[in-house]
Amino acid sequence: MRWLLLKDLQILRRSPLQAVLLVAYPVLIAILVGFAISRDPGKPRVAFLNEVPRNARISVGGAQLPAVGVGGRICRRIECVDVGSRREAIEEVRSGGVLAALILPADLVDQLNSLSTPSPGTPTVEVIVNQEDPVKARLVNDRISSLLARANLLIARRIATEGGRYLDLVVNGGRFSVLGQPVEILGLGAGARILQALRPALPPGPLRSSIDQVIRFATLARDNLDIAAPLIDRLAQPIVVEKRVVNASTPPLDVFAIAVAATLTLTFVTVLLVAGSLALEREENAFPRLTRGLVSRSALLGEKVGLGVAVGLMVTLLMLAAVQLFVPLHWSRFGLWLTAILAAAGALGAAGAALGAAAREVRAVSLLAFMISLPIAFLSLIPSGAVGPVLFDAIEVVTALFPFKPALEAISAALDPAGPSIGGPLLHLAILTVAYGLIARFALRRFAAA
Amino acid sequence: MEGAATAALEARGLVKRYGEREALKGVDFAAQPGELLAVIGPNGAGKTTLLSILAGIVRADEGEVRLPRGEVGWVPQQAALYRRLTVEENLLLFARLEGHDDPRASVEKMLELTALGERRGEIVARLSGGNQQRVNIAIGLLARPVVLLLDEPSAGLDPRQRARLWEFVSALAERGTTVIFSTHDIQEAERYGERLLVLADGESLFDGPPQGLREAVRREAPEAASRDFETAFVAFLHHRGH
Ligand SMILES: Nc1ncnc2c1ncn2[C@@H]1O[C@H](COP(=O)(O)OP(=O)(O)OP(=O)(O)O)[C@@H](O)[C@H]1O
Ligand SMILES: [Mg+2]
Repeated sequence: MRWLLLKDLQILRRSPLQAVLLVAYPVLIAILVGFAISRDPGKPRVAFLNEVPRNARISVGGAQLPAVGVGGRICRRIECVDVGSRREAIEEVRSGGVLAALILPADLVDQLNSLSTPSPGTPTVEVIVNQEDPVKARLVNDRISSLLARANLLIARRIATEGGRYLDLVVNGGRFSVLGQPVEILGLGAGARILQALRPALPPGPLRSSIDQVIRFATLARDNLDIAAPLIDRLAQPIVVEKRVVNASTPPLDVFAIAVAATLTLTFVTVLLVAGSLALEREENAFPRLTRGLVSRSALLGEKVGLGVAVGLMVTLLMLAAVQLFVPLHWSRFGLWLTAILAAAGALGAAGAALGAAAREVRAVSLLAFMISLPIAFLSLIPSGAVGPVLFDAIEVVTALFPFKPALEAISAALDPAGPSIGGPLLHLAILTVAYGLIARFALRRFAAA
Repeated sequence: MEGAATAALEARGLVKRYGEREALKGVDFAAQPGELLAVIGPNGAGKTTLLSILAGIVRADEGEVRLPRGEVGWVPQQAALYRRLTVEENLLLFARLEGHDDPRASVEKMLELTALGERRGEIVARLSGGNQQRVNIAIGLLARPVVLLLDEPSAGLDPRQRARLWEFVSALAERGTTVIFSTHDIQEAERYGERLLVLADGESLFDGPPQGLREAVRREAPEAASRDFETAFVAFLHHRGH
């Protein structure tokens, strides 16, 4: 069997053009599809108009935030096209030159500053979206909402800190300036102490019990407000968000897109190679010569599947290594990758063998492999909800019969630490391997006898 | 069952149908060890079908085949080799698959036998048809068979290569290998075949020594008896309704 394997590799080496096509074409398709379905199509172009006066500063409780920020921060997450006026911004959106326009009005900072005064205003930014392309418009909306959420959080924290300071003043007393004039604040603690000292001087009676009530209130309030200050601080930042930042200069392909690319590559390489090399045995008339006692049919099938698994694994790992240049992958999960790829390649190889056993021409079988694999792959990528439930159930059944979908599930589970369990897809693949192995064995006996 | 004890190979009542068409209609014959048996007959007579059944590639619908212990070598009519491998790689592969102790030595022997030593490194697809056939035969011989089945082995070979082929095949037969070959060349069949089996449309028309066929032809097609043997043979087939 190893001699047959050696022979097939020799033949593959002898046909460099075919070998390169066999490998390069699927990788190309895989990467294209990966890019196409990648959920992050890069930075949207947005017209940006900043009407806020240059020297305006957001100040909270007398502290001024540094000027850097606004423009710089925003334009790191979207591609900003600077425009000079509102009309120009609207024109850019209408012509399709940009997806949206973001306008920071002149009074934005004043409005923000008013938040920490007794009469807070409503700071507003203006977003103009082109509804022609709803998908992209939604994308821009999402980006802007997330930007605003971050800005809101920042400001809320400042206000909370300030609020905490006022509260401290009320509880513990201290100095406070109103319109430049220093004011001495007594504080609840000191107030209670003063009343406590005054208490013995008062005769027992209604006045003294009233003072007792005030003292009790002041002590209680101080103790409880002491707890409230850190609470307010927490409220400003309820959840600590840990965000992974991907290099913004390359459009990041997410794990699913990489899994799709890897599975497509593995599918085409394995199915084509197994089906093609099996058909070649018959095209060269070597099949009867081999199976007359030199090699059993099962061993021949095993050899072809082995060839497909080995080459498929190699190409897929090379592809992942290349992807690594752009997107960091979890190489610590290499064992799982290997398991998923091997299981997937086994099932895909068995399916390729079933295909190859039924045909006796390499060309015919290659065409057939493409004609079957491509639609199955696309069907497998249809998300639930994109079609009606009945149609989706039908698609589920069809795609479950071919190894592409479970292979995709296994590989994405292996690649993604946060992904679903890999057990189900592996079992599914094992069942398909056995089923297609039996079909291939039967097809060889049925079609290759004559 | 007279002769059964000594026969190297025996076939009885072989019938093979492809759908409606009967490729073999009940063929019987036997071959002795070391015998050279020629199977002749027009296109579509069933020669390849018969040899394929003996080789175990095609299963007969009726009848039985008794083969001796040991390898049955088979050289198919359509070359069965890897055209993208070199001559040497092909031979080495099959020598290894046949389990030769020293595959490389066997390859050298075959290269010498087929006089392809100089072209050992050439891709088979680039060889001429005749040279491909020489590799095809060499692969069949690698099986070191007790029965050797050759389906039109000399087709496409030049006279010198034919002579080499028959020299080698005769030597094998002398050492006890039973050789069954098919051919369209009646002269060749007469010269190298110790016995002739004439097939036409799946029927066996004659089974005996070349001299016997000449007599049968003379008897049944007297008008062509003075012509060359091939012409007379065609007349004989015509008289038999083929
Ligand atoms: N696989 C097949 N399917 C259908 N019919 C077949 C098949 N193989 C052979 N036949 C038919 O069986 C008959 C005998 O064919 P066979 O190849 O044995 O003839 P042959 O004597 O070897 O002819 P040739 O001299 O042309 O090689 C022919 O009529 C042929 O068409
Ligand atoms: Mg024939």
